[in-house]
Amino acid sequence: MTVAEFGKAVKNLKGKRTPLTIKQKREARWGFFFLSPWMIGFLLFYLLPMIASFAFSLTKFNPAVPDETVYIGFTNWIRAIFRDKEVLLSFTRTIHFAAISLPVGLIFALFLAILLNSENVIGKTIYRTLFYMPSMIPLVATVLIWNGVLNEHTGWINILIERFTGIQATGTDGIRWLADPQLVYYAYTMFGLWGVGNAMIIFLAAVQGVPTELYEAAEIDGASWFRRLFSITLPLITPVIFYQLVLGVIGSLQYFLAPFVLNQGTGFPEGKTRFYMVYFYKQSFSFFNMGYGATLAWLMFIVALIITIFLFGTAKYWVYYATEEK
Amino acid sequence: MPEKNTEVRKPLPKKIRDLISSTLLTGMTWGILVLFLLPMAFGIVTALKTESQAGKLGAPWYPATEATYEYEGEKYDIYLVPIDGEIKEMALIKSGRQESQFVDPENPEAGLITWEGAWRSLERGWEFDPQWGNFVSAWKTVNFPRLLWNTIKYAGITTIGAVLSSALVAYGFARFSFPGKNIFFMLMLSTVILPGAVTLIPTYFVYLQLGWVGTWLPLMVPAFFSWGTNVFLIRQFIMTIPIDLDEAAMIDGASPLRIFFSIILPQSVPALTAVSLFHFFWAWNDFFNPLIYLTGNPDKYPITVGLTAFNRLYSQQSNLIQASALITAVIPVIIFFFAQRIFMQGVVITGVEK
Repeated sequence: MTVAEFGKAVKNLKGKRTPLTIKQKREARWGFFFLSPWMIGFLLFYLLPMIASFAFSLTKFNPAVPDETVYIGFTNWIRAIFRDKEVLLSFTRTIHFAAISLPVGLIFALFLAILLNSENVIGKTIYRTLFYMPSMIPLVATVLIWNGVLNEHTGWINILIERFTGIQATGTDGIRWLADPQLVYYAYTMFGLWGVGNAMIIFLAAVQGVPTELYEAAEIDGASWFRRLFSITLPLITPVIFYQLVLGVIGSLQYFLAPFVLNQGTGFPEGKTRFYMVYFYKQSFSFFNMGYGATLAWLMFIVALIITIFLFGTAKYWVYYATEEK
Repeated sequence: MPEKNTEVRKPLPKKIRDLISSTLLTGMTWGILVLFLLPMAFGIVTALKTESQAGKLGAPWYPATEATYEYEGEKYDIYLVPIDGEIKEMALIKSGRQESQFVDPENPEAGLITWEGAWRSLERGWEFDPQWGNFVSAWKTVNFPRLLWNTIKYAGITTIGAVLSSALVAYGFARFSFPGKNIFFMLMLSTVILPGAVTLIPTYFVYLQLGWVGTWLPLMVPAFFSWGTNVFLIRQFIMTIPIDLDEAAMIDGASPLRIFFSIILPQSVPALTAVSLFHFFWAWNDFFNPLIYLTGNPDKYPITVGLTAFNRLYSQQSNLIQASALITAVIPVIIFFFAQRIFMQGVVITGVEK
């Protein structure tokens, strides 16, 4: 769904309604029949819970003692926005981490896509498979494998760094990837790279979809490889980059698994990995402050919505659509 | 001042230029790939080590145990002994403070060799000795059969539900026109990026009231009500199936339901396969939902939650942790190798066309 299509769909909604014929009515009935699983699911698992979630945010509610639920107005909201410093802190940490991991992940995916699209790389399909493979490994296993390879005593990464640069990397005075608050986001970013597969093949397909005539024309005009990359390839695949960016931002807001597997949500080191979702989990499912948890969830939804709208707003300045409406 | 080189350099023949850039680029790709997969190699090597190897000084990087040598019916430790200007692996037979007696395993007939020096200063000799048994102990300690069975049940049942329901909905979107279709389609796509937390607490509470918390139901039931990305992918595919087939069947009096089962479903096998794979792996990976709904019921844990619990208890035994992580990884990776084309095409459709 492109931005243009979105606009078109919204416009169509405003179109005049003409009464349906009997045949059309029959068709509509069948249409709704086939849509019914989604419609029921949407009501039961999305719409009603969202409304209920907002209602819960106005209460003090513990599922263990549902009878003691009391309506407290916007107290939870005031607490989350103004009083509870951890909310803003955990959100800032999430954004800080996303600001490192998202660009690194997207650029790495794009880099691999361009590399594997090059005529001069021999055996591309094999590399594609091998670069994709770690994406199939369940994230829990990925985190445990990386936790081992980044270990400051026995992990190969530090041993190799020490061998090749001479910097003392191993041991308690070495590079403590997961225990040093300055480094932990880079360590998490590294294991994120194992999930590069999807973005890589999506970018690869996009790069392959760029019409070759453009390159041929540019080559005749004497455009260099870099010039072609920045003036043809990248602009033409901005829609795909944009979509990956939106998904990436929303995904980052919900980052949870790695810190939970590694430290059960203690935020080690120095609270650095107590991300927003981890804090939400703690409040809701460790302390069972579900009224407050619902507030945190709604707050996240609002933030995600604002970011998405903002990104869509920036799209017209940098995202290129070949089929733009007149 | 050096004169500027004005001589026009003859460009190398195209073939040679191509050869050079092929070598460079392929070499670079290899280099990146090796670094990229290095942790995997680390995992495999560590999984094959003994528990004590990591803590010992002078231990090699590969899985090895301290070497011994059997001499006249007894086992003796092998040390690296500097003798005659070279370092030899020899078995320590009789240790003494100033001098010790060794036997050369390569030439035991030579008898005892006396070496002067403190044997305690010598390093042990190691021999390559992969502990394949670690995989067996990980398999048993983590109770993989049960975790795998739970995961297969979860992934299998929800895949059937997700594919069937998504195909029905996709058919509805692809072939019928009805009021509000566009807005429904938009709504469906936007659920894909809705943060799951915002619906979690009320649904959790309802499941708690229904007595479903601690069972598989909260994880399985929602799968039967279709899922945005899957619907999108199947719909895109159905739109490429010629509508003549539907129309011909309709003239013959087939109902839309009949058309769905006898024409659309058989024609959409590639899309259905892709969606099945997606959902299967999604469920295989799912951590958050089982954590929320199954905590405290270890009998029902899928692999992800079980592995996390295991890591918490055995984090000191890095060999078993790596072995269990690899066992967890191997099934999805094998399936992927066999189905990668269909799988990657599906990723591309959902990632590029939206």
